[in-house]
Order: sequence, then structure tokens, then C-alpha cells
Amino acid sequence: MTASTHLIELRAISVSFDGFLALNDLNLCLKPGELRAVIGPNGAGKTTFLDVITGKVQPTRGEVLFKGRSLRGLPEHRIARLGIGRKFQSPRVFEQLTVHENLALAVSRPKRPWPLLMSGLSTTQDEKINQLMAIVNLQSRAQQAAGSLSHGQKQWLEIAMLVGQDPDLLLVDEPVAGLTDEETELTADLLRSLAGDHTVLVIEHDMEFIRRLDSPVTVLHQGQVLCEGSMDVIQSDPKVIEVYLGSADEEHA
Amino acid sequence: MMTRRRFPWSWLLWAVVIVAVLLAPSVLPVFRLNLLGRYLALAIVALGIDLIWGFTGLLSLGQGIFFALGGYAAAMFLQLGSASEAAHGLPEFFSLYGVDQLPLFWEPFRSPLFTLIAIALIPALVAAGLGYLVFRNRIKGVYFSILTQAALLVFFNFFNGQQKLINGTNGLKTDVTTLFGQMVGSEAMQRGFFWLTAALVIVSWLFVRWLVRGRFGDVLIAIRDDEPRLRFTGYNPTQFKTIVFALAGALAGVSGALYTVQSGIVSPQYMTVPFSIEMVIWVAVGGRGTLLGAVLGAVLINYAKSLVSEAIPESWMFIQGGLFILVVTVLPEGLLGWWRSDGPRNLLLRLGVPRRLATYPRLELDGEEEVQP
Repeated sequence: MTASTHLIELRAISVSFDGFLALNDLNLCLKPGELRAVIGPNGAGKTTFLDVITGKVQPTRGEVLFKGRSLRGLPEHRIARLGIGRKFQSPRVFEQLTVHENLALAVSRPKRPWPLLMSGLSTTQDEKINQLMAIVNLQSRAQQAAGSLSHGQKQWLEIAMLVGQDPDLLLVDEPVAGLTDEETELTADLLRSLAGDHTVLVIEHDMEFIRRLDSPVTVLHQGQVLCEGSMDVIQSDPKVIEVYLGSADEEHA
Repeated sequence: MMTRRRFPWSWLLWAVVIVAVLLAPSVLPVFRLNLLGRYLALAIVALGIDLIWGFTGLLSLGQGIFFALGGYAAAMFLQLGSASEAAHGLPEFFSLYGVDQLPLFWEPFRSPLFTLIAIALIPALVAAGLGYLVFRNRIKGVYFSILTQAALLVFFNFFNGQQKLINGTNGLKTDVTTLFGQMVGSEAMQRGFFWLTAALVIVSWLFVRWLVRGRFGDVLIAIRDDEPRLRFTGYNPTQFKTIVFALAGALAGVSGALYTVQSGIVSPQYMTVPFSIEMVIWVAVGGRGTLLGAVLGAVLINYAKSLVSEAIPESWMFIQGGLFILVVTVLPEGLLGWWRSDGPRNLLLRLGVPRRLATYPRLELDGEEEVQP
């Protein structure tokens, strides 16, 4: 387990909120190009885990290494610029801006005031925005305020923004919450197509969706990794069944 | 969506405003012209408030600081320029306090070039310093507003107490000073300042418009809507907020200088709490997030204030308070925002006049519902 073969490595991360351990000695590594699903019951620390990687929360103990570099003490925007993008649980897009403007902010770089003032979008950037809108089927809404989109469209816009940021690591928190079955399938396909070029980590509750992702699954429980493996292995693991899958197993399997 | 099949009302309004300003000097008596010039000067500070509040969501209750700093810079230059014949070559008020040596920080204000730069730059630097400390520590919302108001009080008290440095509570008079061999308070000079102010309102408007169009402006709106989300997209909001706060400070400084030369005095009264709140009210009533709204709000409210105060003294505070309540409760986007979001149509609708529709059959609306933006 050397740092160089892993894109990101969480080493013995603990996060304590006033004595409550949201994450407890968590270890996790992702290889470049990997697609990984993370599941866990409510309160398992899934969102805190993303907060630690993206710099929103500083770990009480332990260290996050990204491309072999420690992220300790870096502010959120620097971590984002290093190549870590995040999609939030409930879709968070800039509602007063149009779809096109939202994507333009995502693909722009450098993200400093002066270049933004002095130059417009380059042709390549504009093409990229059009491509992204085509992928998530929002071309016809380009000039519409993002706030007027449906829930599913906002989810997709946010995923498109995430891809437009062109991060090496995509952290995707519950991408299919509130989506229709068809949209869920398309999202799974989209995420799978992103893996390979990108490393993708998906947090989800929807077992059918995770099965469709066809990726290794990590189960979190009480701030620790309970087990890792393919969906079938996970679902037959007695520890997992005990803490989490018990009833869900019968429903979905 | 916004631009399609919509008459360019704001351009028409701008045309009306510009024609009105061009005609004003030949129509209005000197007294009224001078008032209009002052109110146009106030439109510039309002544009700055619109930039930081309307677009970026930073409600500053301390713009009076920057306004007054610009005014003091201009007044110090004018006082020095006409002080050569007085005792020790110092501005007159110094002799009242037995000061016979010019305080060091006055020296650079002998230079007209330095003064012109300082009018914008000193407020901008103060704003940048204050803003950076506040924004870096992620102080937001109402805490930011309270901090700016506290800073305003600090500046007010400091300027009020420094007789030996800047004539304390009495302020610095400019109308009896001379510039280009003429009294600053003279009619010809005042006409000149009117034109200068009108031109600078246009320049400031174009400048702020340039800032808020395009991706820089989109970042500002994104800061207003969801700042944490913007961080995860790779932007550093502190940088952007510090810059726009400094620019709003610079605009306030220019505004304060123009207001000072047309009012004949700068004093710590420019840094009182109510005055800075009034500035925010102009923008709120005119329509935050709309640049024209800020300009119209500043000019019209102040003009109304002077007309009402002449007719019914003492009543203005009630009217202004009423206006503010009206805007907060009924017109959250201000008059211009209300206009642009189909407010007049919706009002007619409530009065029983149905909406005319261009579509057939009734595709989008049945003509009897209110449309929100």
C-alpha cells in the first residue's frame, strides 16, 4: 500500500464533534480510474467523510493524502482546484444563474477575478459547455434560470457542473435521490462512463442503483469501514445484514 | 428568456434620465440644480451599494465611512489651495486650536493629482483592509452588517474628536475656498460640478455594469446565492468579496467628494448611522440588483425628501420609513424589480384587467394568473 498507486488515501481519520466520533479511525484508498460506492446506515458518517476530503471539516486525527499530498489545512477552494469535485446531497446549483452560466462557472479556469473580468469564454470552453448540456439533456434550457428546473434536472445540472470542473476525483453524494427510474438508470450509466478517466466515489441509499453501478462497495458503520467487496459479497456478509441490509436485502435482492 | 419579446424599458428610462440631466441646467434655478447635482453624486454611492448588496449580498451599513473619506480628501485639498494668504499658510481653522504646523498627513493633499487618486484610493484601501479581515474569517450576513456599522461609529467618533487634525465636529468648509481662481461656491463652479457629477454617474454606471455582466458578475451572484457551494467549485469568495467591497468603497469616495464640493462642507455628519442606512434604503426602494434602480432611488428619494420637507417639515422621516416598510413587505425587489417582474400587469390583474396573451390556443397561461419571475 504505497501512496503513489493511490489517487486518494484516508489514513486513520477520526472526526470528533464535541466528543461524538463521527468518523473513527477510518481508512480508505481509491486507485486512479476506480468507481466505488459507499453505503451505510444513517449516521454512519458518510457525509462527514466527504466533508473531510473536501476541506469543510478538518479531521481531529489522521490525514488525507491526495496524489501523495496532504490536504491538511487547505481551504475548500484550493482542494477543489487540486482536482476534487463534489456533488451535494440535495442539488445545489446557483438558482439565479442560467444553466449556461452555471456550467460556465464550473468550466472556467483560472478561477481568479482578473481573468474572469478580462476575457470571455474560450471556444473550447463553450464547446465543452454545449457537450455537457447535451449529455445531461439540458440544451433547450441553456438560457433558463437554474432555479426553474425540476429536481431531476437540477441533479443533472449539478453532475454536469461537477464534470465540467474536470476533477480527478468526483465525490457524488446521493445523485439519484428523487429521480425517476429512467433518470436513475441514465445517471448510473453516466457515472460508469466517467470512471476510467476519473475516479468516482458515489454515496447512495438506492441498492438497485448501486447494483447497476457494478462497482466495489464499501460499507460504513459508526464512522468505520465495516467491509468492502462486490455487491453480492456485501449482501451476504452477516455483519452487513445485521447493521444495515437486514430488511433492504429482502426488498431488493 | 428575459430578453425575448420585451421592450427595452430600461434603455428608455435611461434615455429619459439622460435627457432630463442634459436639460436640467437650462430649466432649473441654480438652487434646484445644485440639489440635483448633489443627489446625482449620491447615486454613485448607491451604485456601489448595489454592487455589494444587490449583486453580492453584502449589506454594508458603513458606506458613510468611505463617503466621508472621499469628501475629506477633496476638502483638504481645497482648504490647502486657498490657505496661502492665511497665517502660517495653514487653513484658517488651525489657528483656533493654536496649531501652527500642518499635520503631516495633510501634506500630500497639496497635490491635485494625489488628491484625485486619494479620493477613490484611500476609501478603497480602507474598505479592502476592513473587508479582507471580515471576509477571511467568514463573517457573513447580519454580523457583517453590524461590524460595518460599528466601524462607522468608530470613524465618526474619531473624526468628531480630532479638532486639531481635521476641525472635529465642525468639519471642513469648501464653498469659500478657491479653485482655478474662482470661489468653489460660485454659480459657474457649481454648474461645472453638476456636469462633472452627471458624467461620473454615467461612467460609474458603465463601470459597474461591466463588472456585473459576464462571469465575474455571475460569481458575485453565486456568492450571494450559495457561497459554500462556490468554494467547492474552486473559487475563493474572499478574494471576490474583498475586491467588490473595495470598489464600492472607491465609488463611495468619489460620491462623497462630489457631494462635498456641491454642499460646501464635509463633516462627521456624513458618518452618522442614519445617513448610511438611508443609502441602503435608496437602493432597496429603487430596486437592488438593478443599476438603474439604484440611481433612480438615490435621486428621486432625495428630491422627494427636499420637496416634502419644504412643504411639510418634519414629515419626511415618516414617509421614508413608510417607503421602506412598503418595499420590505410588498416590493422586495424594489420599484424597478417590481416593474421588471411583471408587477404592473399583476397589479392590473388584481384590479380586474385580464392579461393579453399572444399565444393561441392558451398555451402558457390562461391570462388570469399572476406571473412571478
